[in-house]
Amino acid sequence: MSHFSSELRAKAEATVALYPKKRSALIPLCHMAQGQDGYLTEEAMVEIAELCEVTPAEVRGTATFYDMLHTDPVGKYVVGVCTNIACMLNGADELLDHAKNRLGCAVGATSADGLFTLEETECLADCDIAPCVQVNHRFVRATTNEAFDQLIDELASGQRADEVPSHGTLIRVERSVGLEANPAQIQAERKAQAEAQAARAEAAK
Amino acid sequence: MTTTIVTARRQFDDSFTITRALATGAYDGLKKALAMTPEAVCSEVDQASLLGRGGAGFPAGRKWSMLRKNPTTYLVINGDESEPATFKDHYLIERDPHQLIEGVVIAAYALQVSQAFIFIRGEFALGLERVQQALNEAYAHGAVGANIFGSGFSVDIVVHPGAGAYICGEETALLESLEGKRGFPRIKPPFFPAAIGLYGEPTVVNNVETVSNLPWIVTNGGAAFAALGGGRSTGTRLFALSGDVNQPGVFEVEMVKRTFRDLIELPELGGGVKGGRRVKAIIPGGVSAPWFFEEHLDIPLGQDEVAEAGSMLGSGSVVVMDDSRCMVRAAWRITKFFSRESCGQCTPCREGSGWLERILYRLEHGGGRIEDLDLLLDLCDNIAPGLTWPPQQTTICVLGPSIPSSIHAGISHFRDEFLAHVHDGGCSYDR
Ligand SMILES: Cc1cc2nc3c(=O)[nH]c(=O)nc-3n(C[C@H](O)[C@H](O)[C@H](O)COP(=O)(O)O)c2cc1C
Ligand code: SF4
Ligand code: FES
Repeated sequence: MSHFSSELRAKAEATVALYPKKRSALIPLCHMAQGQDGYLTEEAMVEIAELCEVTPAEVRGTATFYDMLHTDPVGKYVVGVCTNIACMLNGADELLDHAKNRLGCAVGATSADGLFTLEETECLADCDIAPCVQVNHRFVRATTNEAFDQLIDELASGQRADEVPSHGTLIRVERSVGLEANPAQIQAERKAQAEAQAARAEAAK
Repeated sequence: MTTTIVTARRQFDDSFTITRALATGAYDGLKKALAMTPEAVCSEVDQASLLGRGGAGFPAGRKWSMLRKNPTTYLVINGDESEPATFKDHYLIERDPHQLIEGVVIAAYALQVSQAFIFIRGEFALGLERVQQALNEAYAHGAVGANIFGSGFSVDIVVHPGAGAYICGEETALLESLEGKRGFPRIKPPFFPAAIGLYGEPTVVNNVETVSNLPWIVTNGGAAFAALGGGRSTGTRLFALSGDVNQPGVFEVEMVKRTFRDLIELPELGGGVKGGRRVKAIIPGGVSAPWFFEEHLDIPLGQDEVAEAGSMLGSGSVVVMDDSRCMVRAAWRITKFFSRESCGQCTPCREGSGWLERILYRLEHGGGRIEDLDLLLDLCDNIAPGLTWPPQQTTICVLGPSIPSSIHAGISHFRDEFLAHVHDGGCSYDR
């Protein structure tokens, strides 16, 4: 029995087929599993292991290295406040304090209603609109306490559901094609190119 | 007007769509390249003297020449951009994905590579969607895939998301991540993935901005690119300006023709320091770079010019700190970043970064001791012996040796300020 929905299973198999080695699909598949379940469940890691032909321990070993992959449940919205240098110079520590108060939880914890998990992040590469806040990896550009409160209100009431999908949903655009260049054709093309190159080199002598 | 190369579509809000891209010449450079021989494309890039825009500034043409002899190869584009205060690839990925894809196909053709990967930082959800959308369109347009524009050249491109780890910007860690593993940098030598790269095969890794220059170079010729800038620093570069300036943002600037002062002060660029204050320190090339001070403001924005002055242009980011800023706090925050992002393989980096962070924290928060200054420098010396620039290396990658930059600069330049933190029992700055 597959833990992935049949739709996700098909997508996962198509993704594995894009890579010369199946194992390379491991991280993309972790993202997809998070998209289905909100976080990376034990069952999903077992299924990813099977799809990538590695052991479940290897999936866990890789997944636990990365900040974006959560092996424990998180809120529907993961709110990240960057406090790195450019944001710090623009009041990020103060905004993070405000966020803790507003959500009523510490960094790394989830609000009582289960909706929000708060994280302090490193630079998110949007330093000109500082301090930088991301929700589920969407840049929401809430730089003041007031804007932050409004953001939380709007998220809680579902007003921004289009812009900010539930946690784990990363790439909403599907790849429309598989691999086009088949190995036999590539070999023929490269051989023709190499011969042409050799002929040019010969002619240049 | 200065020439714009990679931000030529800046004026358009819909610059990321295929309609706008095609209306403004997208894939013309690729068509021209496909009509040339691969060697001729390489030779244009050699002539352009295009330096890598990812941080190390290695000439793209030289890197490619290591690979041309080997048959099976991969091309991997580094869009992991996580060096603090660097946000120029973010701009290119979201705003001009077709330019990026065109650049990738040109590079693949020059290198005769049949599979390329665009590795994009996982936190760029919108960027990932934009590039995937553009890639779907490019396939449909015949610009990627089998028999591109009827030329008899084929290449497939796969967009690959990261999952949140600064170290995956280091090219060998990036390849490990692309193989589904933890982002552990590989032991050198070999120094370049051109020898042993993805799956052990010869691989070229190039930065997003580096390849985004290729459509222009092929269209206008390597010589036209080399005519811009000066010395080894040719063409233009994107600078990400942040911190205490009136107009933070990404600016495309001709290399060497402008100075740090111009970048910060010109009305069309940074627009001056906030509140008319004076510059106390700037971080010139990402937080791995040694800091500059007021006396360095007239140094031109060129790779060798900045290197001669003892720092690096690095990832093209500039953070401005005005004269009201606490240098202990800045050094502490930067060190905290390294401590969090160290991959943990090497003892000096893993342990050293944590110790340094805790000592700086106690200085900033009133628990500092007079001996801490020497202790900080001694620890730094253990990570990068001699505290020279470029640093000596005791570790697998250069993340470790980059940690001392801010601490060493801070203590040597603002020793009094560090001492005051000890004497006053903490920080007396408001900001
Ligand atoms: C710790 C560390 C982080 C790095 N981060 C990045 C990065 O985010 N993006 C990037 O393009 N290069 C980064 N680099 C440099 C890459 O290793 C590599 O030199 C570069 O991608 C090569 O591309 P280029 O020659 O086109 O510049 C980093 C290097 C180190 C040591
Ligand atoms: S220097 Fe630091 S980041 Fe680099 S390999 Fe060693 S421990 Fe990892
Ligand atoms: S420092 Fe916060 S986004 Fe860059």
